[in-house]
Amino acid sequence: MQKAIIERAKQLLADGTVTRVIGWKKGDFAYDSTPAVFNSAEELDKDFIFDDFTASNVSKYLIKESQKEGKVLVFLKPCDTYSFNQLVKEHRINRENVYIVGIECYGKLDIEKIRAKGISGIQSVTNNDGTLTIETLYGTETMPAYEVMAERCLSCKSKKYVAYDELIGDDGEVMDSNRFDMVAQLEAMSSEERYNFWREQLSKCIRCNACRNVCPACSCERCVFDNDNSGIANKAPADSFEENMFHIIRAFHVAGRCTDCGECSRVCPQSIPLHLLNRKFIKDINELYGEYQAGADTDSRAPLTNYTQGDCEPSVVHERGVE
Amino acid sequence: MQVNENKDFEPVIVAFCCNWCSYAGADLSGTNRLNYPANVKIIRVPCSCRVNPMFILRAFQKGADGVILCGCHPGDCHYTSGNYYARRRMTLLFSMLDFLGIERDRTRVEWVSAAEGAKFAATMNEFVESVKKLGPNRRLEDLRCRKQ
Repeated sequence: MQKAIIERAKQLLADGTVTRVIGWKKGDFAYDSTPAVFNSAEELDKDFIFDDFTASNVSKYLIKESQKEGKVLVFLKPCDTYSFNQLVKEHRINRENVYIVGIECYGKLDIEKIRAKGISGIQSVTNNDGTLTIETLYGTETMPAYEVMAERCLSCKSKKYVAYDELIGDDGEVMDSNRFDMVAQLEAMSSEERYNFWREQLSKCIRCNACRNVCPACSCERCVFDNDNSGIANKAPADSFEENMFHIIRAFHVAGRCTDCGECSRVCPQSIPLHLLNRKFIKDINELYGEYQAGADTDSRAPLTNYTQGDCEPSVVHERGVE
Repeated sequence: MQVNENKDFEPVIVAFCCNWCSYAGADLSGTNRLNYPANVKIIRVPCSCRVNPMFILRAFQKGADGVILCGCHPGDCHYTSGNYYARRRMTLLFSMLDFLGIERDRTRVEWVSAAEGAKFAATMNEFVESVKKLGPNRRLEDLRCRKQ
Protein backbone atom coordinates (compact mmCIF):
# COMPACT_ATOMS: atom_id res chain seq x y z
CA MET A 1 0.00 0.00 0.00
CA GLN A 2 2.72 2.44 0.99
CA LYS A 3 4.65 1.51 -2.15
CA ALA A 4 1.65 2.13 -4.40
CA ILE A 5 1.01 5.50 -2.78
CA ILE A 6 4.59 6.69 -3.14
CA GLU A 7 4.68 5.51 -6.77
CA ARG A 8 1.52 7.41 -7.61
CA ALA A 9 2.75 10.52 -5.80
CA LYS A 10 5.98 10.42 -7.79
CA GLN A 11 4.13 10.06 -11.08
CA LEU A 12 1.90 13.04 -10.30
CA LEU A 13 4.90 15.11 -9.25
CA ALA A 14 6.81 14.11 -12.39
CA ASP A 15 4.04 14.91 -14.87
CA GLY A 16 3.47 18.27 -13.25
CA THR A 17 -0.10 17.67 -12.08
CA VAL A 18 0.92 18.66 -8.59
CA THR A 19 3.85 20.56 -7.11
CA ARG A 20 3.83 19.12 -3.62
CA VAL A 21 2.34 16.33 -1.55
CA ILE A 22 0.72 16.26 1.85
CA GLY A 23 1.14 12.98 3.65
CA TRP A 24 2.72 11.45 6.69
CA LYS A 25 6.32 11.51 7.70
CA LYS A 26 8.22 8.90 9.70
CA GLY A 27 8.63 9.75 13.34
CA ASP A 28 11.22 8.63 15.85
CA PHE A 29 9.26 5.48 16.59
CA ALA A 30 7.24 3.10 14.48
CA TYR A 31 3.99 4.60 15.73
CA ASP A 32 4.42 8.36 15.79
CA SER A 33 4.16 9.54 12.22
CA THR A 34 3.36 13.23 11.72
CA PRO A 35 1.69 15.07 8.86
CA ALA A 36 4.16 16.71 6.49
CA VAL A 37 4.53 18.39 3.11
CA PHE A 38 6.84 16.73 0.58
CA ASN A 39 8.30 18.65 -2.33
CA SER A 40 10.27 16.05 -4.28
CA ALA A 41 10.55 12.38 -5.13
CA GLU A 42 13.67 12.12 -2.96
CA GLU A 43 11.83 13.43 0.07
CA LEU A 44 9.04 10.96 -0.55
CA ASP A 45 11.48 8.06 -0.73
CA LYS A 46 13.23 9.15 2.39
CA ASP A 47 10.42 9.93 4.80
CA PHE A 48 6.96 9.18 3.44
CA ILE A 49 5.11 6.58 5.43
CA PHE A 50 1.68 5.00 5.33
CA ASP A 51 0.82 2.33 7.84
CA ASP A 52 -1.61 1.45 10.61
CA PHE A 53 -0.58 4.47 12.68
CA THR A 54 -0.89 7.22 10.07
CA ALA A 55 -4.19 8.24 11.56
CA SER A 56 -4.04 12.02 11.34
CA ASN A 57 -6.68 13.73 9.31
CA VAL A 58 -4.63 15.96 7.01
CA SER A 59 -7.55 17.84 5.48
CA LYS A 60 -7.09 20.80 7.83
CA TYR A 61 -3.62 21.53 6.44
CA LEU A 62 -5.22 22.20 3.08
CA ILE A 63 -6.68 25.46 4.36
CA LYS A 64 -3.22 27.01 4.20
CA GLU A 65 -1.73 24.78 1.51
CA SER A 66 -4.52 25.27 -1.04
CA GLN A 67 -4.10 29.04 -0.89
CA LYS A 68 -0.55 28.76 -2.18
CA GLU A 69 0.58 28.64 -5.78
CA GLY A 70 0.30 25.30 -7.59
CA LYS A 71 -1.67 22.17 -6.97
CA VAL A 72 -1.21 20.05 -3.90
CA LEU A 73 -1.65 16.31 -3.77
CA VAL A 74 -3.33 14.94 -0.70
CA PHE A 75 -4.05 11.44 0.49
CA LEU A 76 -7.35 11.14 2.29
CA LYS A 77 -8.99 8.27 4.10
CA PRO A 78 -12.76 7.97 3.70
CA CYS A 79 -13.50 9.78 6.97
CA ASP A 80 -11.07 12.57 6.04
CA THR A 81 -13.01 13.26 2.86
CA TYR A 82 -15.99 14.33 4.96
CA SER A 83 -13.87 16.93 6.73
CA PHE A 84 -12.52 18.01 3.38
CA ASN A 85 -16.01 18.45 1.94
CA GLN A 86 -17.11 20.42 4.96
CA LEU A 87 -14.17 22.79 4.55
CA VAL A 88 -14.91 23.21 0.85
CA LYS A 89 -18.49 24.01 1.76
CA GLU A 90 -17.32 26.69 4.16
CA HIS A 91 -15.05 28.15 1.46
CA ARG A 92 -11.94 27.46 3.49
CA ILE A 93 -10.28 25.25 0.89
CA ASN A 94 -9.63 26.22 -2.70
CA ARG A 95 -10.84 23.00 -4.37
CA GLU A 96 -9.11 23.89 -7.68
CA ASN A 97 -5.73 23.65 -6.04
CA VAL A 98 -6.18 20.22 -4.57
CA TYR A 99 -5.76 16.81 -6.12
CA ILE A 100 -7.24 14.12 -3.89
CA VAL A 101 -6.24 10.51 -3.95
CA GLY A 102 -8.51 8.41 -1.78
CA ILE A 103 -6.76 5.63 0.05
CA GLU A 104 -8.26 2.56 1.57
CA CYS A 105 -8.59 2.33 5.31
CA TYR A 106 -9.20 -0.75 7.41
CA GLY A 107 -9.09 1.11 10.70
CA LYS A 108 -6.12 2.60 12.48
CA LEU A 109 -4.43 1.30 15.59
CA ASP A 110 -4.26 2.97 18.96
CA ILE A 111 -0.79 2.79 20.46
CA GLU A 112 -2.20 3.40 23.94
CA LYS A 113 -4.26 0.25 23.64
CA ILE A 114 -1.17 -1.74 22.70
CA ARG A 115 0.69 -0.30 25.66
CA ALA A 116 -2.26 -1.08 27.91
CA LYS A 117 -1.67 -4.75 27.09
CA GLY A 118 1.67 -4.45 28.81
CA ILE A 119 3.71 -4.34 25.63
CA SER A 120 6.65 -1.97 25.71
CA GLY A 121 9.85 -1.37 23.77
CA ILE A 122 7.97 -1.54 20.49
CA GLN A 123 10.28 -1.69 17.47
CA SER A 124 7.88 -2.36 14.64
CA VAL A 125 4.31 -3.38 14.01
CA THR A 126 3.26 -5.29 10.93
CA ASN A 127 -0.25 -6.14 9.94
CA ASN A 128 -0.99 -9.29 7.97
CA ASP A 129 -4.66 -9.40 7.08
CA GLY A 130 -5.79 -8.41 10.53
CA THR A 131 -3.10 -10.14 12.56
CA LEU A 132 -0.50 -7.93 14.13
CA THR A 133 3.08 -8.97 14.65
CA ILE A 134 4.73 -6.66 17.13
CA GLU A 135 8.49 -6.76 17.39
CA THR A 136 9.65 -5.49 20.74
CA LEU A 137 12.99 -5.29 22.53
CA TYR A 138 11.83 -8.25 24.56
CA GLY A 139 10.55 -10.53 21.82
CA THR A 140 7.68 -10.88 19.41
CA GLU A 141 3.99 -10.62 20.18
CA THR A 142 1.02 -11.37 17.96
CA MET A 143 -2.59 -10.33 18.36
CA PRO A 144 -5.68 -9.61 16.27
CA ALA A 145 -5.71 -6.02 15.04
CA TYR A 146 -9.28 -5.28 16.17
CA GLU A 147 -8.25 -5.69 19.80
CA VAL A 148 -6.08 -2.59 19.63
CA MET A 149 -7.95 -0.62 17.03
CA ALA A 150 -8.72 3.03 17.75
CA GLU A 151 -12.11 3.56 19.34
CA ARG A 152 -13.34 5.74 16.49
CA CYS A 153 -12.45 3.07 13.93
CA LEU A 154 -14.39 0.41 15.79
CA SER A 155 -17.50 2.50 15.19
CA CYS A 156 -16.55 3.63 11.68
CA LYS A 157 -19.40 5.51 10.04
CA SER A 158 -18.39 5.26 6.42
CA LYS A 159 -15.94 3.66 4.01
CA LYS A 160 -17.32 5.78 1.21
CA TYR A 161 -15.31 8.63 -0.28
CA VAL A 162 -17.37 11.78 -0.61
CA ALA A 163 -14.68 13.70 -2.48
CA TYR A 164 -11.84 12.41 -4.63
CA ASP A 165 -10.07 12.73 -7.94
CA GLU A 166 -8.89 9.17 -8.03
CA LEU A 167 -8.83 6.18 -5.74
CA ILE A 168 -6.26 3.62 -4.78
CA GLY A 169 -8.43 0.65 -3.90
CA ASP A 170 -12.21 0.49 -4.07
CA ASP A 171 -14.94 2.84 -2.97
CA GLY A 172 -16.84 1.59 0.04
CA GLU A 173 -20.23 2.27 1.54
CA VAL A 174 -21.76 4.23 4.37
CA MET A 175 -21.92 1.83 7.27
CA ASP A 176 -24.33 1.20 10.10
CA SER A 177 -22.30 2.14 13.07
CA ASN A 178 -22.91 1.88 16.77
CA ARG A 179 -21.31 5.24 17.40
CA PHE A 180 -24.16 6.64 19.49
CA ASP A 181 -24.27 3.73 21.93
CA MET A 182 -22.12 5.37 24.56
CA VAL A 183 -24.04 8.65 24.30
CA ALA A 184 -27.29 6.73 24.76
CA GLN A 185 -25.84 4.96 27.77
CA LEU A 186 -24.95 8.28 29.37
CA GLU A 187 -28.35 9.70 28.56
CA ALA A 188 -29.94 6.82 30.42
CA MET A 189 -28.02 7.65 33.58
CA SER A 190 -29.31 10.00 36.25
CA SER A 191 -28.26 13.62 36.17
CA GLU A 192 -26.06 13.03 39.22
CA GLU A 193 -24.24 10.11 37.57
CA ARG A 194 -23.68 12.07 34.40
CA TYR A 195 -22.37 14.99 36.39
CA ASN A 196 -19.90 12.74 38.18
CA PHE A 197 -18.86 11.03 34.96
CA TRP A 198 -18.07 14.33 33.26
CA ARG A 199 -16.41 15.83 36.30
CA GLU A 200 -14.08 12.86 36.38
CA GLN A 201 -13.33 13.20 32.67
CA LEU A 202 -13.15 16.95 32.24
CA SER A 203 -11.14 17.57 35.39
CA LYS A 204 -8.26 15.80 33.62
CA CYS A 205 -8.12 18.60 31.06
CA ILE A 206 -4.81 20.48 30.99
CA ARG A 207 -6.04 22.98 28.40
CA CYS A 208 -3.32 22.10 25.95
CA ASN A 209 -5.80 23.08 23.21
CA ALA A 210 -4.78 20.07 21.12
CA CYS A 211 -8.43 19.17 20.52
CA ARG A 212 -9.09 22.63 19.17
CA ASN A 213 -5.94 22.84 17.09
CA VAL A 214 -6.38 19.50 15.39
CA CYS A 215 -10.08 19.84 14.65
CA PRO A 216 -10.78 20.44 10.95
CA ALA A 217 -14.00 22.24 11.89
CA CYS A 218 -12.19 24.55 14.35
CA SER A 219 -10.56 26.67 11.70
CA CYS A 220 -11.27 30.25 12.76
CA GLU A 221 -8.35 32.59 12.23
CA ARG A 222 -8.91 33.91 15.72
CA CYS A 223 -10.51 31.69 18.28
CA VAL A 224 -12.79 32.98 21.06
CA PHE A 225 -10.51 31.31 23.56
CA ASP A 226 -7.56 33.39 22.39
CA ASN A 227 -9.40 36.46 23.56
CA ASP A 228 -8.07 37.66 26.90
CA ASN A 229 -11.54 38.91 27.76
CA SER A 230 -13.19 35.57 27.11
CA GLY A 231 -13.37 35.03 30.84
CA ILE A 232 -11.40 31.83 30.73
CA ALA A 233 -7.67 31.73 30.82
CA ASN A 234 -5.56 30.10 28.15
CA LYS A 235 -3.91 27.71 30.55
CA ALA A 236 -4.76 24.83 32.83
CA PRO A 237 -8.25 25.51 34.18
CA ALA A 238 -8.30 27.10 37.60
CA ASP A 239 -11.88 26.17 38.26
CA SER A 240 -14.22 23.38 37.26
CA PHE A 241 -16.33 26.00 35.55
CA GLU A 242 -13.56 26.73 33.06
CA GLU A 243 -13.31 23.07 32.13
CA ASN A 244 -17.04 22.87 31.52
CA MET A 245 -17.14 26.14 29.66
CA PHE A 246 -14.23 25.32 27.38
CA HIS A 247 -15.57 21.93 26.41
CA ILE A 248 -19.18 23.00 25.99
CA ILE A 249 -18.22 25.93 23.81
CA ARG A 250 -15.67 23.95 21.84
CA ALA A 251 -18.26 21.32 21.03
CA PHE A 252 -20.98 23.89 20.40
CA HIS A 253 -18.88 25.83 17.92
CA VAL A 254 -18.55 22.74 15.76
CA ALA A 255 -22.13 21.54 16.26
CA GLY A 256 -23.71 20.85 12.91
CA ARG A 257 -20.30 21.03 11.25
CA CYS A 258 -18.51 18.25 13.06
CA THR A 259 -18.10 15.26 10.76
CA ASP A 260 -17.26 13.00 13.69
CA CYS A 261 -13.74 12.24 12.50
CA GLY A 262 -12.68 11.63 16.09
CA GLU A 263 -9.42 13.57 15.93
CA CYS A 264 -10.19 15.44 19.17
CA SER A 265 -10.20 12.26 21.22
CA ARG A 266 -7.24 10.82 19.36
CA VAL A 267 -4.94 13.72 20.19
CA CYS A 268 -6.11 14.26 23.75
CA PRO A 269 -3.06 13.56 25.95
CA GLN A 270 -5.39 12.96 28.88
CA SER A 271 -7.64 10.52 26.98
CA ILE A 272 -10.82 12.50 27.58
CA PRO A 273 -13.62 11.06 25.39
CA LEU A 274 -14.28 14.41 23.73
CA HIS A 275 -16.01 12.83 20.76
CA LEU A 276 -18.92 12.01 23.07
CA LEU A 277 -19.72 15.70 23.35
CA ASN A 278 -19.69 16.08 19.58
CA ARG A 279 -21.72 12.94 19.13
CA LYS A 280 -24.29 14.19 21.61
CA PHE A 281 -24.87 17.20 19.38
CA ILE A 282 -24.98 15.03 16.26
CA LYS A 283 -27.42 12.66 17.91
CA ASP A 284 -29.67 15.52 19.02
CA ILE A 285 -29.59 17.09 15.58
CA ASN A 286 -30.46 13.76 13.97
CA GLU A 287 -33.32 13.16 16.34
CA LEU A 288 -34.77 16.67 16.44
CA TYR A 289 -34.06 18.14 13.04
CA GLY A 290 -33.65 15.13 10.80
CA GLU A 291 -30.66 13.02 9.83
CA TYR A 292 -27.70 15.15 8.92
CA GLN A 293 -24.14 14.15 8.17
CA ALA A 294 -21.79 17.11 7.98
CA GLY A 295 -19.49 16.92 4.98
CA ALA A 296 -21.60 14.40 3.08
CA ASP A 297 -22.24 17.07 0.44
CA THR A 298 -21.12 20.61 -0.32
CA ASP A 299 -24.41 22.42 -0.77
CA SER A 300 -26.94 21.56 1.96
CA ARG A 301 -27.65 24.02 4.78
CA ALA A 302 -26.20 23.15 8.13
CA PRO A 303 -28.77 22.46 10.86
CA LEU A 304 -27.80 25.47 12.95
CA THR A 305 -28.03 27.91 10.05
CA ASN A 306 -31.41 26.57 9.11
CA TYR A 307 -34.84 26.29 10.71
CA THR A 308 -38.38 25.18 10.11
CA GLN A 309 -41.46 26.79 11.58
CA GLY A 310 -42.43 23.55 13.23
CA ASP A 311 -39.17 22.98 15.13
CA CYS A 312 -39.51 21.57 18.61
CA GLU A 313 -39.41 23.96 21.56
CA PRO A 314 -36.37 23.95 23.88
CA SER A 315 -38.63 22.47 26.56
CA VAL A 316 -38.25 19.18 24.69
CA VAL A 317 -35.11 18.72 26.79
CA HIS A 318 -37.24 18.68 29.95
CA GLU A 319 -39.84 16.40 28.46
CA ARG A 320 -37.67 13.63 27.15
CA GLY A 321 -35.29 13.43 30.10
CA VAL A 322 -35.32 10.62 32.66
CA GLU A 323 -35.86 11.05 36.44
CA MET B 1 -32.41 16.23 42.31
CA GLN B 2 -31.46 17.76 45.61
CA VAL B 3 -34.00 19.84 47.49
CA ASN B 4 -32.64 22.91 49.13
CA GLU B 5 -33.07 22.98 52.89
CA ASN B 6 -32.20 26.63 53.21
CA LYS B 7 -35.52 28.43 53.23
CA ASP B 8 -33.88 31.84 53.00
CA PHE B 9 -32.20 31.11 49.71
CA GLU B 10 -32.90 33.82 47.16
CA PRO B 11 -31.77 32.80 43.71
CA VAL B 12 -30.30 35.15 41.17
CA ILE B 13 -32.11 34.84 37.87
CA VAL B 14 -30.81 36.34 34.66
CA ALA B 15 -33.44 37.00 32.04
CA PHE B 16 -32.35 37.82 28.52
CA CYS B 17 -35.23 39.73 26.97
CA CYS B 18 -35.54 40.69 23.36
CA ASN B 19 -35.95 44.39 22.78
CA TRP B 20 -39.07 44.15 20.65
CA CYS B 21 -41.34 41.77 22.50
CA SER B 22 -40.28 40.48 25.88
CA TYR B 23 -38.64 43.64 27.15
CA ALA B 24 -41.80 45.52 26.27
CA GLY B 25 -43.76 42.72 27.91
CA ALA B 26 -41.74 43.22 31.09
CA ASP B 27 -42.46 46.92 30.83
CA LEU B 28 -46.15 46.24 30.46
CA SER B 29 -46.23 44.01 33.51
CA GLY B 30 -44.66 46.90 35.40
CA THR B 31 -47.13 49.51 34.21
CA ASN B 32 -49.93 47.08 35.03
CA ARG B 33 -48.60 46.86 38.61
CA LEU B 34 -48.12 43.11 38.38
CA ASN B 35 -45.69 41.60 40.82
CA TYR B 36 -42.72 39.51 39.91
CA PRO B 37 -39.75 38.75 42.15
CA ALA B 38 -36.81 41.11 42.42
CA ASN B 39 -34.51 38.11 41.88
CA VAL B 40 -34.93 38.55 38.14
CA LYS B 41 -32.24 40.66 36.52
CA ILE B 42 -33.20 41.61 33.02
CA ILE B 43 -30.64 42.02 30.27
CA ARG B 44 -32.02 43.58 27.14
CA VAL B 45 -30.78 42.11 23.87
CA PRO B 46 -31.67 43.24 20.35
CA CYS B 47 -33.07 39.83 19.48
CA SER B 48 -33.24 36.45 21.21
CA CYS B 49 -30.86 35.32 18.48
CA ARG B 50 -28.23 37.70 19.86
CA VAL B 51 -27.78 35.40 22.82
CA ASN B 52 -24.85 33.16 22.23
CA PRO B 53 -24.22 30.06 24.36
CA MET B 54 -21.33 31.86 25.98
CA PHE B 55 -23.77 34.43 27.45
CA ILE B 56 -25.72 31.72 29.20
CA LEU B 57 -22.61 30.08 30.60
CA ARG B 58 -21.14 33.42 31.62
CA ALA B 59 -24.30 34.27 33.53
CA PHE B 60 -23.90 31.04 35.48
CA GLN B 61 -20.24 31.80 36.04
CA LYS B 62 -20.97 35.21 37.50
CA GLY B 63 -23.42 33.83 39.98
CA ALA B 64 -26.76 33.20 38.32
CA ASP B 65 -28.79 30.27 39.64
CA GLY B 66 -31.10 30.22 36.67
CA VAL B 67 -31.11 31.72 33.19
CA ILE B 68 -34.19 32.37 31.12
CA LEU B 69 -34.34 33.60 27.55
CA CYS B 70 -37.43 35.48 26.42
CA GLY B 71 -38.14 36.39 22.83
CA CYS B 72 -40.92 37.08 20.39
CA HIS B 73 -43.25 34.23 19.58
CA PRO B 74 -42.06 32.12 16.64
CA GLY B 75 -43.29 33.86 13.53
CA ASP B 76 -43.34 37.29 15.20
CA CYS B 77 -39.62 38.06 15.21
CA HIS B 78 -38.85 41.69 14.44
CA TYR B 79 -36.07 40.41 12.20
CA THR B 80 -38.28 37.69 10.69
CA SER B 81 -36.30 34.63 11.69
CA GLY B 82 -34.01 35.39 14.63
CA ASN B 83 -35.98 33.47 17.19
CA TYR B 84 -36.10 30.39 14.98
CA TYR B 85 -32.31 30.20 15.06
CA ALA B 86 -32.26 30.95 18.77
CA ARG B 87 -34.73 28.12 19.31
CA ARG B 88 -32.47 25.55 17.69
CA ARG B 89 -29.37 26.81 19.44
CA MET B 90 -30.91 26.87 22.87
CA THR B 91 -32.46 23.44 22.43
CA LEU B 92 -29.04 21.99 21.66
CA LEU B 93 -27.29 23.95 24.39
CA PHE B 94 -29.81 22.99 27.06
CA SER B 95 -29.64 19.41 25.97
CA MET B 96 -25.85 19.54 26.29
CA LEU B 97 -26.04 21.10 29.76
CA ASP B 98 -28.40 18.33 30.75
CA PHE B 99 -25.97 15.79 29.27
CA LEU B 100 -23.22 17.19 31.48
CA GLY B 101 -25.41 16.74 34.51
CA ILE B 102 -26.45 20.37 35.05
CA GLU B 103 -30.00 20.50 36.44
CA ARG B 104 -32.27 21.07 33.48
CA ASP B 105 -34.68 23.31 35.41
CA ARG B 106 -32.09 26.05 35.61
CA THR B 107 -32.53 26.99 31.99
CA ARG B 108 -35.62 27.92 30.11
CA VAL B 109 -36.89 29.64 26.97
CA GLU B 110 -40.24 31.42 26.94
CA TRP B 111 -41.88 33.38 24.18
CA VAL B 112 -43.45 36.55 25.55
CA SER B 113 -45.00 39.18 23.32
CA ALA B 114 -45.22 42.91 24.06
CA ALA B 115 -48.88 42.46 24.96
CA GLU B 116 -48.28 39.65 27.45
CA GLY B 117 -47.39 41.54 30.61
CA ALA B 118 -49.34 39.07 32.69
CA LYS B 119 -47.58 36.11 31.09
CA PHE B 120 -44.21 37.71 31.78
CA ALA B 121 -44.97 38.15 35.47
CA ALA B 122 -46.45 34.65 35.77
CA THR B 123 -43.48 33.06 33.97
CA MET B 124 -40.99 34.81 36.22
CA ASN B 125 -42.86 33.90 39.39
CA GLU B 126 -42.97 30.29 38.32
CA PHE B 127 -39.34 30.17 37.20
CA VAL B 128 -38.03 31.75 40.40
CA GLU B 129 -40.04 29.23 42.42
CA SER B 130 -38.63 26.28 40.51
CA VAL B 131 -35.04 27.52 40.81
CA LYS B 132 -35.59 28.20 44.51
CA LYS B 133 -36.46 24.54 44.91
CA LEU B 134 -33.25 23.50 43.16
CA GLY B 135 -31.11 25.53 45.49
CA PRO B 136 -27.92 27.40 44.64
CA ASN B 137 -26.15 26.60 41.42
CA ARG B 138 -23.23 24.41 42.41
CA ARG B 139 -22.56 22.30 39.36
CA LEU B 140 -21.88 25.15 36.95
CA GLU B 141 -20.54 27.82 39.25
CA ASP B 142 -17.17 29.46 39.32
CA LEU B 143 -15.89 29.31 42.89
CA ARG B 144 -13.87 32.45 42.38
CA CYS B 145 -17.07 34.36 41.69
CA ARG B 146 -19.03 33.01 44.66
CA LYS B 147 -20.43 35.69 46.94
CA GLN B 148 -19.53 35.10 50.56
